[in-house]
Amino acid sequence: MQERDGHDPVEARVRTRITRESLDEPGLFGDLGAGSDGAVLIFQGRVRDMDEGRTVTGLAYEAYDEMADEELRAICREAADRFAVGAISAAHRVGELEPGEVSVSIGVAAPHRAACYEASRFVIEEIKARLPVWKHERYADGDAVWVGAPEGLAARAEARPEAGEDSAKDEG
Amino acid sequence: MSERLRVRTLFFGVYGEMANGREGMTELPGGSTVGDLVATLRDTRGFDWLPERVVVAVNRRYAETGTPLSEGDEVALIPPVAGG
Repeated sequence: MQERDGHDPVEARVRTRITRESLDEPGLFGDLGAGSDGAVLIFQGRVRDMDEGRTVTGLAYEAYDEMADEELRAICREAADRFAVGAISAAHRVGELEPGEVSVSIGVAAPHRAACYEASRFVIEEIKARLPVWKHERYADGDAVWVGAPEGLAARAEARPEAGEDSAKDEG
Repeated sequence: MSERLRVRTLFFGVYGEMANGREGMTELPGGSTVGDLVATLRDTRGFDWLPERVVVAVNRRYAETGTPLSEGDEVALIPPVAGG
């Protein structure tokens, strides 16, 4: 846990957010790190237009907002602790996204490149393993599924009468 | 009567769709654990579709089956995550 009163050197090195705003804009990482950080690595995850052979028309990310905030921060703090990096910035989109839009962005600044690659890989793998975010993907054929949901359950959920209404709703 | 406790339950993703609403309250006997809550939801509240080994967070932290619950806890039922 971060100390609220004292100086927390790890906290000063991480920047995180769960956001409904676009992550596509350039310049998110221009001010990352310090003069001694000669390497900056930027990773972007984007919504792909195909998934397992089906054309994706759009998706909605749902998050357990308060926990996702805390978990993303914890992941970045662990990375800052574990690797020789100067600063880490990570953000995850929620809400409605179209193919091509950036869903997750991770920036790492470090004195040397090896630590950048290691820390960036660590952050994205931990996000995929434990960030409480769910993806409701829609396809060109009108179908929609919660990605990764247990198979029998996904089918039962989609068969429910209100499922169609729900997936058509624009959460803006 | 033994003491009771009430927890706020949150359902996300496919569980939210199955639960007919993403939020609820569940009353349990005092001293209940995460495992007791899951069993209660599955056996007596009609959430028979909930996996026996469902991932749970208590007050925004991942918890174990044996984690004890307290009055007013926020308990989230977490389907397989799909961020990134």
